[in-house]
Amino acid sequence: MTIHQLSIFIENRSGTLIRVLNALKEANIQIIASTIADTAEYGIYRLICSEPLRACEELKKANIAVALSDVFAIAIDDQPGRAAEAVKTFSEAGISIIYMYSFLLGGKGILIFRTDDAQRAQQIIEERHLSVINESDLQHIS
Amino acid sequence: MQKENYFNFEYETLSREEIEALQLERLKKTVQQCLKNEFYQKKFAEAGITADDIQSLADVRKLPFTTKQDLRDTYPFGMACVPLRDCVRLHSSSGTTGNPTVILHTQRDLDEWANQVARNLWMVGLRPDDVFQNSSGYGMFTGGLGFQYGAERLGMLTVPAAAGNSLRQIKFIRDFGTTAIHAVPSYVTRLYEVMKEEGVDPRRDTKLKVLAIGAEPHSEEQRQRIEQMMGVKAYNSFGMSEMCGPGVGFECPEQNGLHFWEDYYIVEIVDPETLEPVPDGEIGELVLTTLCREAMPLLRYRTRDLTRVLGRSCPCGRNHIRLDRMRGRSDDMMVLRGVNIFPIQIEKILMQFPELASNYLITLTTDEENDNMTVEVELAQPTDDYKQLQNLEREIRRRLKDEILLTPIVKLVAKGTLPVSEGKAVRVVDKRKVYQ
Repeated sequence: MTIHQLSIFIENRSGTLIRVLNALKEANIQIIASTIADTAEYGIYRLICSEPLRACEELKKANIAVALSDVFAIAIDDQPGRAAEAVKTFSEAGISIIYMYSFLLGGKGILIFRTDDAQRAQQIIEERHLSVINESDLQHIS
Repeated sequence: MQKENYFNFEYETLSREEIEALQLERLKKTVQQCLKNEFYQKKFAEAGITADDIQSLADVRKLPFTTKQDLRDTYPFGMACVPLRDCVRLHSSSGTTGNPTVILHTQRDLDEWANQVARNLWMVGLRPDDVFQNSSGYGMFTGGLGFQYGAERLGMLTVPAAAGNSLRQIKFIRDFGTTAIHAVPSYVTRLYEVMKEEGVDPRRDTKLKVLAIGAEPHSEEQRQRIEQMMGVKAYNSFGMSEMCGPGVGFECPEQNGLHFWEDYYIVEIVDPETLEPVPDGEIGELVLTTLCREAMPLLRYRTRDLTRVLGRSCPCGRNHIRLDRMRGRSDDMMVLRGVNIFPIQIEKILMQFPELASNYLITLTTDEENDNMTVEVELAQPTDDYKQLQNLEREIRRRLKDEILLTPIVKLVAKGTLPVSEGKAVRVVDKRKVYQ
């Protein structure tokens, strides 16, 4: 039901991001989507990539501290209002979205998000027949 | 008392009365030895005392203090009390803050030094069938040769691995069946990190049973963390090159303070301002008088290390004075906005957080005429949760404030970001205007 996301702690200092990207490049890992939120001192660089487990190992080998987490990925039609519909499904069920980012893939909008109640979110996704994207779908399209 | 628990049974188990009688006898000899040298002759004349004024142990307080400055002023050989041809070794400090200091040794001085180190290592359970790896700098740094000769004196197979090259250290530990390591605490942490990266579990893959850590002030929390990492007991070692080097004080298996060997030293704790003795249990500056040195005996040497007396008896059967771990040096003390702060206080707090790694750096800066402290500390584990990081920062700030009464700027940094030294760790960088 969920896909793997890599989270990397990045200080606000030039050179830190390129170190991560170079390590991924060396390992021939493809980035599918990524986002960085910033605070005054640091950010968390979150990314969805090909072969996340191998990517994680390769980053560790390069001495980059990385956490693997599970996030939801659902596909929506690439039309106005679809994201609102999807999020409404969760908010009506009292589930908060902690963070979300999105990208377009194969003509579909993909929403990546984490909630404060993964179990309940999963129930909702099943009940409402939301279109779940799994890791192999991503590999296939990319 | 089982004799086999002691390296020097006779001396280690002396009663208080016997210790003090021996100290007085040796103090008189030491004073005689000092008076062979012009520097001490002058000092005694200035203080208006002679050797005959030493009639009881309390008379040690009549003697003038010796300071690091004295050693610098008499650089290199001005405090030798034997002809240079009777000396077989010298050790010297780096001299980063002025003239270096030189300490001379006769062969007997070296033998006595080795005996103290051997006594310490025996005390924590090491025996001739152990393998001792000394991962400390050699050369002028006394932690190298000091432990080398002591471990050999005990009869252990001794590996002079020296500091650095962690992969090679780990290979030695595994190939040679190393059971004991001596290193500075920050280097043990570094070694553990490399072991983890290499998939080596110290509990499963090594025969380690004892660590001797010293030469850097470290907190009880840091020691416990090291013990948990490596799965073995870590014993605190105290030494200083002016007193030979390592060997002066060491923890026994009770781990309740360091025994300072009073057959070798007279220990005083004084108020660093008034130079008057402080009562047992109160913090003051450690002052040491050597009792067995020929080449360079030192009278009432002001160590600048701050500690306190914990007791003069111990379940281990040794009545040699027990001192608390060093609180830092009086010259390590930072004064920030009028508050006195020791790096060890900061370390103690940081080590309470399992989320944090062991490496940290304190930077003092002046911003718009205000002095500020920034504490950078490495995260042990990455996370996907901002809230957790922010809560962590807030909690570190809060607990630091409780400890040092100021709120520092706390910066979480990724693991492996802060500089790692293979000698003594640099913990404080002072960039304040007044110091430039």
